[in-house]
Amino acid sequence: MSKRAEINNKVTHVTGNLAKDRFILLQLVTKDFKLRYRRSILGVVWSVLNPLLMMIIMSFVFSYFLRGSNVENYPLYLIVGNITFSLMNEATSTGLRSIIDAAPLLKKVRVDRWVFPVQKVFSAAFNFAFSLIAVVIVMLFFRVAPTWHIIWMIPALLLLMVFCMGVSLLIGALAVFFRDMIHLWSVLLTAWTYLTPIFWDLSLLTGSNAPWYVIAVVKANPMYNYIDMMRCAIVYQASPGSTVIILSIAWALVALLAGYLVFRKTEHKFILYI
Amino acid sequence: MADTTSEYAIEVNDVSMIFNIASEQLNNLKEYFIKIMRHELFFKEFRALDHVSFKVRRGEVVGLVGTNGSGKSTMLKCIAGVLEPSEGTITVRGNIAPLIELGAGFDPELTARENIYLNGSLLGYSREFIDGHLQDIIDFAELQDFMDMPLKNYSSGMVARIAFAIATVTEPDVLIVDETLSVGDVFFQEKCERRIKHFIESGNVTVLFVSHSMEQVERICQRAIWIEKGVQRMDGPTAEVLAAYSEQFG
Repeated sequence: MSKRAEINNKVTHVTGNLAKDRFILLQLVTKDFKLRYRRSILGVVWSVLNPLLMMIIMSFVFSYFLRGSNVENYPLYLIVGNITFSLMNEATSTGLRSIIDAAPLLKKVRVDRWVFPVQKVFSAAFNFAFSLIAVVIVMLFFRVAPTWHIIWMIPALLLLMVFCMGVSLLIGALAVFFRDMIHLWSVLLTAWTYLTPIFWDLSLLTGSNAPWYVIAVVKANPMYNYIDMMRCAIVYQASPGSTVIILSIAWALVALLAGYLVFRKTEHKFILYI
Repeated sequence: MADTTSEYAIEVNDVSMIFNIASEQLNNLKEYFIKIMRHELFFKEFRALDHVSFKVRRGEVVGLVGTNGSGKSTMLKCIAGVLEPSEGTITVRGNIAPLIELGAGFDPELTARENIYLNGSLLGYSREFIDGHLQDIIDFAELQDFMDMPLKNYSSGMVARIAFAIATVTEPDVLIVDETLSVGDVFFQEKCERRIKHFIESGNVTVLFVSHSMEQVERICQRAIWIEKGVQRMDGPTAEVLAAYSEQFG
């Protein structure tokens, strides 16, 4: 009898928690993707069109304003900055609500709770992958050929994803107890957009007589480092500076550690607050 | 493997479940800090379960009785792993099919087929298993022609049918049934009961059964546990427990 149950186990249920979580992650990412473009005529084309339109509008306005800086290929500079920031923006703002939104589910079955914030990061990364098509289009249009430096994209993307997972775990857990996080985060994201050189160039700031601490804050800003790494791979075609690499790794680890610790300490109480 | 050596499928050891009922709703950082500063953060403790202990052997069918709000559902949710007990430990050996609340993760925008995979993944089924048993699920739910229709166009009864079909597609090691779970129309309810009965009669499945119908508990269960206001009042043969239970309340 017991032997039978054992065989039964192997056939029906995935063995081990990790395999189960992987399958859940896959199902949730698939769901997000399917729902995102269901019943829209252009469907997934929007993932490509969206950053392209944004780039056209922004470069129309800002390319005159930035004439003094040394940005060579402004539209490309702009689109890379935009899609990298959007990845973080989307991952964290959906990760923020992920636990609250999963409430009906968490009340019904036993499931590892970390999959929800982490899944949102994968969904955002999946969307990022589609917007890379837009980047390719821009590169073709301006006849920018990639060099081997393009491989820097991989560590840049992975580190940014780890950073986003950490942040999502942290704010996703906090939002369960304090719904204020939802409002606070949207304000923070807006502030962060301006603090990050997405449409402006750092040389504008360093060239001006801005005090040292303003420059330090901008340079320590995690998003500046991830975007710079991404731009090194695609726009500048050079290796990123060691400071940028070290800060990118450090921010990813700090965020992951903070997220992991807070999440693990609070997750047992989620069910009582959602 | 520990799984096969122990004769108990469920072990509940001195479990208490405490809910903090905040005297005021605090979902707001500002209020929270103000209260902490003033040391005004008081909680009223509510013990939904108070030092409950029992063990269930493999293949045993146990009924849980008690009046409304006595902690039966909390007990089931703790065993299913949805709630974590504040004190004590719970060990469950084998796969659980919790028929407490069905249809976890169902999304109204997805089709029935897509929902089967999503719900199945949450129940811990492997992809191969769902692939292989998709037809069984569809057949049992009797929804052959609607599998690619979004779930929001289904009636609630049809949704419940699919949910039940997924949850019971395989014979579980431990089955948790809440009687308040009534699925679909009379004919489908009978079909569900037959399937549950089939599990019970196989002798391999450990069953924990919650019902307000004394007659149903008496018919199905070999043993009954009576929980009242979170306190375990009695544990023994069904007839004795039920007699004491009904005597108490006339």
